[in-house]
Order: sequence, then structure tokens, then C-alpha cells
Amino acid sequence: MPNILEKIKQAGLVGRGGAGFPAHLKWKAVASAKSKKKYLVVNFSEGELGLFKDIHIMQKFPDVVFSGIRLALDFIGSRDCYFNYNKEYYKKTKSLVLPLIKRYEGAGYRFYIYGEEPSYIGGEETALLNAIEGRRTEPRAKPPFPTTSGLFSCPTLVHNIETLYNIALVGQQKFENKRFYCLSGGKSEGVYFLPADWSIQKVLKQTENYPVFNFFVQIGGSVSGEVLNSNQIKKREVEGAGSIEVYPIKTKPRDLMLKWFDFYACESCGKCCPCRLGSYNISKILKQNKKIDWKEIINLLESMEKTSFCALGKMTYIPVESYIKNVLKLKISLKQI
Amino acid sequence: MFIYIDNKKYQCSPTESVLQVALRNNIMIPHLCYHEDLPIDSNCRACLVEADGSVATSCDFKVEPNLKVKTSTPEVKRLVKTNLELLFAGHKENCPKCQKGYHCRVGVAIRKFKLNPKKYSRPPVPRPVHKMAAAAEIDPNLCIACNKCVEMCEKIGINFLKLDGKAAQTSVNYNHDKKTDCIYCGQCTVHCPVGSAREQSHLEQVEKALKNKNKITIAQCAPSIRCSIGEEFGLPPGTNLEGQINTALRQLKFDKVFDVNMGADITTYVEAQELAHRLKIDAKYGRQPLRKSGSIHRSPAGRGVGGPMFTSCCPGWVKFVEFYHPKIIKNLTTARSPQIHSGGAYKTWWAKKQGIDPRKIITVSIMPCTSKKYEARHKKLKVNGMYPVDYVLTTREFYILLEKNKIDLPNLKKSQVDREGTFSGAAAIYGASGGVMESALRSAYHFIAGKELPQIEYKQVRGMEKIKTANIKFGSKQLKVAVAATAKAAESIIQELKKNPASYDYVEVMACPGGCIGGGGQPIPSTEAIIAKRIAGLYQIDSKMKLRRAHQNPIVKEFMEEYIPSLPKEKQVALLHTHYTKKQKFE
Repeated sequence: MPNILEKIKQAGLVGRGGAGFPAHLKWKAVASAKSKKKYLVVNFSEGELGLFKDIHIMQKFPDVVFSGIRLALDFIGSRDCYFNYNKEYYKKTKSLVLPLIKRYEGAGYRFYIYGEEPSYIGGEETALLNAIEGRRTEPRAKPPFPTTSGLFSCPTLVHNIETLYNIALVGQQKFENKRFYCLSGGKSEGVYFLPADWSIQKVLKQTENYPVFNFFVQIGGSVSGEVLNSNQIKKREVEGAGSIEVYPIKTKPRDLMLKWFDFYACESCGKCCPCRLGSYNISKILKQNKKIDWKEIINLLESMEKTSFCALGKMTYIPVESYIKNVLKLKISLKQI
Repeated sequence: MFIYIDNKKYQCSPTESVLQVALRNNIMIPHLCYHEDLPIDSNCRACLVEADGSVATSCDFKVEPNLKVKTSTPEVKRLVKTNLELLFAGHKENCPKCQKGYHCRVGVAIRKFKLNPKKYSRPPVPRPVHKMAAAAEIDPNLCIACNKCVEMCEKIGINFLKLDGKAAQTSVNYNHDKKTDCIYCGQCTVHCPVGSAREQSHLEQVEKALKNKNKITIAQCAPSIRCSIGEEFGLPPGTNLEGQINTALRQLKFDKVFDVNMGADITTYVEAQELAHRLKIDAKYGRQPLRKSGSIHRSPAGRGVGGPMFTSCCPGWVKFVEFYHPKIIKNLTTARSPQIHSGGAYKTWWAKKQGIDPRKIITVSIMPCTSKKYEARHKKLKVNGMYPVDYVLTTREFYILLEKNKIDLPNLKKSQVDREGTFSGAAAIYGASGGVMESALRSAYHFIAGKELPQIEYKQVRGMEKIKTANIKFGSKQLKVAVAATAKAAESIIQELKKNPASYDYVEVMACPGGCIGGGGQPIPSTEAIIAKRIAGLYQIDSKMKLRRAHQNPIVKEFMEEYIPSLPKEKQVALLHTHYTKKQKFE
């Protein structure tokens, strides 16, 4: 399929793991890298809270996902696919996935399953590659990017399940600008496949998730995502990973912050000091006092944002800053972050 | 190409990072995980600067033409402070040096940057301090996960250490694999910026001994100390402070100031004799092909062992053989190591000469090494029931002792060692990789032919390369020698010998880069560039000496040629030789 790259480009396909990087650029980079060996890494793991679309897609459309895998492998001229398989997801989907792997192996493709302990850092491509190689699960310095030097230093294409699903649709000329939304906190939790350009409000209303109570939402992951108030969602679309979580306006700030920072304090890979100890100390500060010490938390967030090694640490300020600005409307200085 | 740091123009090369340019120009940027010989991990996040308008780590920021760097904007200062306070959280409570009021590099940094070390905290790691035999130890609760020890352990060729755990509990741990064990070289300790990996301290015991009026305390310094201790006082590496050290030791109230160098001359004497003996066996029986067992010894069974002979004065290397390559134990020289030779000589020969009860003697070695602490506790080395060496201080511990006693070493008057510490130039170079080899070569021919070779210096075996080989003209023969520094380098020599046992006649191995002078007990930082300068200092001592052959040292002659022959055979062996056994993990 020689014009698949052009089709992907025209479809405007972006990665659905959260970073939203244009898929055709990744493909081009891997295809043009000179190497005897190239790899596709399928990332079937959702480490962020509030995300459960990839498992939904695999349960509903495993054939489509695998035809996307084949398109990608054929395009980069490789037969080797490393399959990062969240151990929890493995239990739930192996009866669907393993026969497909067998079938594709019959057609000459090689699959290597890596059973992953579910983790947040696994969402960082280079950390995932380290894990598969048997190294410590922590990010690598970039450049080089995985597209030129990834798994075992070979050019590597890394995609999550939704992206591969979309690639298959593009291949079949069936792609429309739709995305999977993980909805939680509302009346009808679940995964919905709807136009990507709908406003958040429209998505909530159409899926009967629009609350009757006063609320705010967190989009693009229930830990690292941005927090928006009920006015803002009229015009805004979901960005990043496809999730909308609805919270009652009376949610206690300390509880919400603890949800986030207990997660970070547990899921930081430990490589760099601001992320590993910043998240631990924010969580500790929150636990020690009923009143939130915003000043100290913002001080630590500044360090995490400006000096963390990878994007996961750098993004921790996003939910807090947007929560303070959009929902709590506190009169505190956010200049530092 | 130029960059601007704090509005001043600095020349740089395109491969450099901002931190490298800064350090080269003595611009202070705090950094913990950067070491010039090791990979850039960029994980401590302390070396922050403002580059082109935004905050960045300088260690991995490559220079660009006309880059503008600021090192102390309010934002940079604030972030550096926060990150250092995070890194040093829990340090004071867990650091034995800080607890005892000893000099600690982190303690100094805390004062310098006016940090509040208790502002933040870290979760306890539920693992105890792990002791590597009696040599070094690692404390997971001080570790800042900089990864330097892990990388250095890999570079030495051992892979005993690793980072373990996740998130805030990420810290150093050891490899539980049965086939991997520490060789006690202590390179982890000299590459740890925070004292999480450290020597097992003998400071308190030494201080106690110095106060005990009923004890006779002997200090003996290893060859390498004199050219590195100055670094702790800000002097350039390689500055020889031998005379000042002797004065300082007297000020510290040591009763006698002897020298491990004297022991090194004994070692050379014994080892060169053995080399001569092995070469004679070789000449008589020829070289045996490789045995099926993989063993590389060459003489017929029951006829003693011919070459190749390996040195054995590095306890890290000996442990490497005993654990990883027990089949070549036969190839290690049975000569004891310098500190053990001199310690044993002082507790027997010297004590007898002085009419002193040897049980009153406390020998304290000052060594560039942590594995010497392990060696000092070998029961098999006891002489008349006594350990030849009672305590071993590293160069860093020696500095703590000096600092605590407010001794300004560089400004002391010089003095000589006491008579029984007299040594030759051959001993002075023991600290450098290739030095033991060179010393033995200066003496071996004497024991083979009964006359001296005119050649004194063997420059082929000098230098910082990990493996050096040479064919040395030895009378009418060619002697094939190899010098390996690091266990990794030794491993490749061993593999070469397994393929062809005739590759080498004599092999020197030191566990550490550059030899003892780059040892695990040396001042921090220890880099290959610094080590090379220290080495130059050692060769300078030798080149200025009149006495340059170990077997001509009058003290050694007195001990070896008068005292030793007066002893029964088993006592002679007990003082001069040792033996080795296969070791299990943690032995």
C-alpha cells in the first residue's frame, strides 16, 4: 500500500496516547532511517487514571487493531512486533489477542510479548523501550528519538491501540475524524466513539453524562489532565488522551490533590530528583495538614515543571494550575509555574 | 566558538556541554550526578542555569555559538535550592559523618548554600546498610540515585550494584545473583557524591588507640597517599606532601612513623624471588598446553608452578580471582601485600629489636583503598596470633582526622620517616598501575643472574591505559609482561591466557583505574585526568631517589637477609607468604 503515508497525512492522524504527535511524521522518520532491523512496539497499556479506551477497542475490534499493526509493520519493512501487554489487560483479552498473534505469526510476522506491570511511566516511549530491553523503567535522553534509535538502538515505531485502530481505518478508507472518549463521574460511564471536534459539553450531553449538579471536569487523563469549569466546556474540545471525568463542585480540594499526588508519588520512575521527591513531598504536605499549604506546593511544582527530566514530571503542574484558576479561583500567585 | 556565561565570553568546543565549559573555567555550578569519566545521566537536576532564556540542566546542554548562559538568576537560585533540599532530605539524620561531627561533603554544601536539610523528607527504604565484607558499605537511605556507583561498578567489570525500587524509594542495592560478588575495590565510595557508598570507618578506633597511653601506635602510609591528600586542601593533584604527612602523623601523636613503602620493598623482594623461581621452572619444564579444566598453569603437577605469575598485592584483584577464577589461584604470587609485610615486620622484627611487647603495638595503615580494610581482617594473615595491621584509614578518613585536629597539612614543616620506614624508589611507584611490575623487574634479574640489569625505568608499563603489554629484554631472554587496571581489563588478559598460556610470563593486576592511586579510598573527585597527575607525582619521587631497587634497601636487607633466615622455616613462610582459597559470595 504505497500511498498509506499520504492517506495518514491527509487524515491528519495524530497519536492517541496523549502527546498528539502527527503519525505520518513518525512513520516517515522510521521508514527513512537506515537500519537492517526496525521494530514496531505496540503499547497496550493505559497507565493514567480515567483511561480505559484501549482495552475497550481491543475487546471490541481486535481484528481491526491487528490489521493496523500489519499496515505499520509492512510500511516500515519489518516483521518484528514487540507487544507491551499490561498484565491486567492480558488476563482480560488474551483469548482474543493470542489467536490473532498466532494467525499473524503464520503469515510470517514475529511477535514478542512483554508482560508489563501496569505503570504510568510506561506511557513515556523511551521508558517503555528500556523496560522491554530489561533495563530500569526510566526515560532516556532525547535525542536520539525512538524513530531513529529506539528498541535495541534500532529505528522503532511506537503506537498505542487507538492509533493502530485508526491506521487500519485509514487503510480501509473508513476513517472519520472521530475519537474514543472515556467518560467517568457521570451517569453513564463508559467508552464512546464520537466526533473528535465536538465540544466537551456536547459529548457529555449526547452521552447523557451531563450532570444535574454543579460540576467541573478534568480532561485528557484524570491525573495529568487539565481541569475546566462548566462554562469553559461549552467551547473546548478534549485534547490529549480521550477522557472526561466529571467532579461535583463540592469535591474537597485536598481529596482531589491527594488523588493526583498519591498517584505521582507512587508512579514516578525515580530517575530525577524533582519528580521523585517533589511528588512525595507534596503528597506528604497534603496529608500532614488539613489546610493546604499552597505556597509550598507551588514551590515544589515549579521545580517539577521546570526541572524534571521527562514530560511526566514536567506536566504535574497542569491539573493544579488549571484547578486553581478555573475552579477554585484562589487569589494566589501562580507566577512561578 | 564562544559562549557567554554571566555576560563573560568563554571559548569552547562544539562537543562540550555548558557545565563542562563552566567547570573548565572554575565557574561554580553545583552538580552531583556529573562525573567526567561516566555517562551523563542528568538525574540530580542541580546543575541548573538559564540558557537562552529558560531554565535547563547544564550537564546535558550542548553549547551553541553565542549561547547566553546565566548561573544565578533568582529563578535559577530558587530552583537549585529546592532541588538540593530535596536531594539532601534526610541526609543529616542518616549520615554517620554528620552525626559524629566529622567532615562531610554534603554537610559542607548544606552550609555553603544555606540549605534547610529538614525542609523536605524522604520515605525510609526498608533495607539495612549493606556491608561489603569489612571494606565498604552502602546505605540506601542516603542514596540520591545518581547512578554513578552502578556505572563505575560496571566499568570495573563487576556489576555488583544496581538501582532498585521506584519513585522516592529509588536507591542503591546489590545484585542478588549468586554468581556476582563485590571485590571490595570501593570505586562506588569514591564516586558517591553523598556518602551513601562509603568506607567502613575505622576512625573512632584509631582515635581511641591514639589516646591510649599503653599502646605503641605505628602509622604507615601507602605510596599513593602522599600525592593525593593535598587535593583535600585544594592543592593540585600530584603534589607530594610526604614530609608534611610525617610531621602531621607525629602531631597526631603516633609513636612511630613508618611507611608501607618499606613493606612494598619487602613485597618486591619476595615477589621478584618467586618470579625468578617460576621462570626457572618454566625454563626447565617448558610450557604445558592448556588443561581441559581451563586452568592456565603450566608446570607438571607436584613440581611447583611456573609462570605466568600474577601479582597479588591488590586484595580486590585477589578476591576477583578467588570468586570468579579460582582455577588461576595457583598463578598468584604467594608474596603478602606491602601493608601486611611491613605490619608483620614491625610486630616481629622491629618489636624484638626494640624489646617491645608486640601486643602493645597498634599498626594503622593509611591507604588509598577500601579493600585493604578487608585484607587487614584476614585471619590467615595473622602473625603470632596478631593481625599485622590493626586499622586502615582511607585517604579521606585521614583528611577527616587532620581536619578534626586542625592540622593545616600543606603548611607543616617536612620531616623524615623513622628509620625502619626507609624505602626505595621502586616502592614509591607501587601506587601506579605498572609500578609493581616495574619494581619487580628491577629486582628479578638480580635473583636470576646475581647481577643488576642496567635498566631502571620501564616506561612501556606506565600510564593510564587499562591494558599495557611489553616484551622486556631480560638478559638473553624476552620477558612477556602485561599490566591490567580494572577487573574488566584483567578478565580479557585471563581469556587471552586461556587461549594461549604462553602469551605472558608476568601479569600485574590492579582493580582500580590507574592502580592504587585511583583507588576507592582516594579524595573525591577522582577522575582519570586527576589520577594521571597523581601518577606523575609518584614517578617524580622515584626519579629523584638514589635508592631505586627494592633489594638494595638496607632496612629490607636487614629484615630479609638477617632476621628472616634466623627464623624457623614455618615462621619465615608465615611472615612472607600467604595462600588463597576459592571464595563464596560475601566471603
